[in-house]
Amino acid sequence: MLKLKYLLPLLLFVVLAVFLAVGLRLNPKDIPSPLIDKPAPAFSLPILATPEKTLSQQDLQGKVWLLNVWASWCVSCRQEHPLLLELAKRKQATIVGLNYKDEAQAAGQWLQQLGNPYDVSIMDTDGRVGIDYGVYGVPETFVIDKRGVIRYKHTGPVEPGDIERIFLPLLQTLNQESA
Amino acid sequence: MKRLIILVLCLLAAPVSAVVEYHPFTDPAKEQAYQTLISELRCLVCQNQTIADSNADLAKDLRRQVYDMLQQGKSQQDVVNFMTQRYGDFVMYRPAFSMKTGLLWLGPIAFLLIGIITVVLLARHKKNAATQTALDGRQKTRLNELLQQGEED
Repeated sequence: MLKLKYLLPLLLFVVLAVFLAVGLRLNPKDIPSPLIDKPAPAFSLPILATPEKTLSQQDLQGKVWLLNVWASWCVSCRQEHPLLLELAKRKQATIVGLNYKDEAQAAGQWLQQLGNPYDVSIMDTDGRVGIDYGVYGVPETFVIDKRGVIRYKHTGPVEPGDIERIFLPLLQTLNQESA
Repeated sequence: MKRLIILVLCLLAAPVSAVVEYHPFTDPAKEQAYQTLISELRCLVCQNQTIADSNADLAKDLRRQVYDMLQQGKSQQDVVNFMTQRYGDFVMYRPAFSMKTGLLWLGPIAFLLIGIITVVLLARHKKNAATQTALDGRQKTRLNELLQQGEED
């Protein structure tokens, strides 16, 4: 009984230390999305290259696709860009760019200069589709399966190694699923 | 001098006027709901500010979204549901009570209770200890003897 009394503060300290250690390691920018395993929110937006045409999430039904939120004003997007180009070469998914709160001209220039990893880019000029997808830190990347369900969300730039570690294994599994 | 003061005041006011855009309301109840909502929703870009405090682009967009929804006749709860469906409980400074947020709500109360119980237990323990160490009659006379001896020496 006496021993327990003296051990108690130590135990409390260990519990506190564990909580703090875990808390400090979490990335505060990484907020779990409530959209995981939910259908991708509907949109119908003009295509960057051909603004007279629109693309909706229904057009992508039956395909495994990535929705990458990007903008020419976004600094981390520049950092992420070469990795997207690399991912595009693997041809594991249709990559859709959500050009978020950007100007068409600046966006077009960016793709010309840096290369275009996107099968198609759509323009969310006023950011409303961004809100529907819970976008708060550009760049963000969503992985959507053949049924149109969001299976994964990556907040912030894709880092070197993420493609091999996260994206390719996930895309391969999703490609094997039936529509 | 007066001109200088006016100039300085104008310069100070410039960033202030840039923060809040004009959202006109005709219905005071809606305006009240708007003010309540924007001071309870977290700006996810600058996480320790509400969307009322923040001048981030996202905060502006979310204020616009709240305004539009209220003008369309949506209730305060509709707006809260809309936001939590997209951004999760984290977007609310006072999230609804659920399994996930239980620890957040009950944690402080639990710690307070642990504290009170500890204090009560310690106080009782001390009281017991105090009664236990009280000297009985024989010990008291012995103590007095010893003290007197000390004085004589």
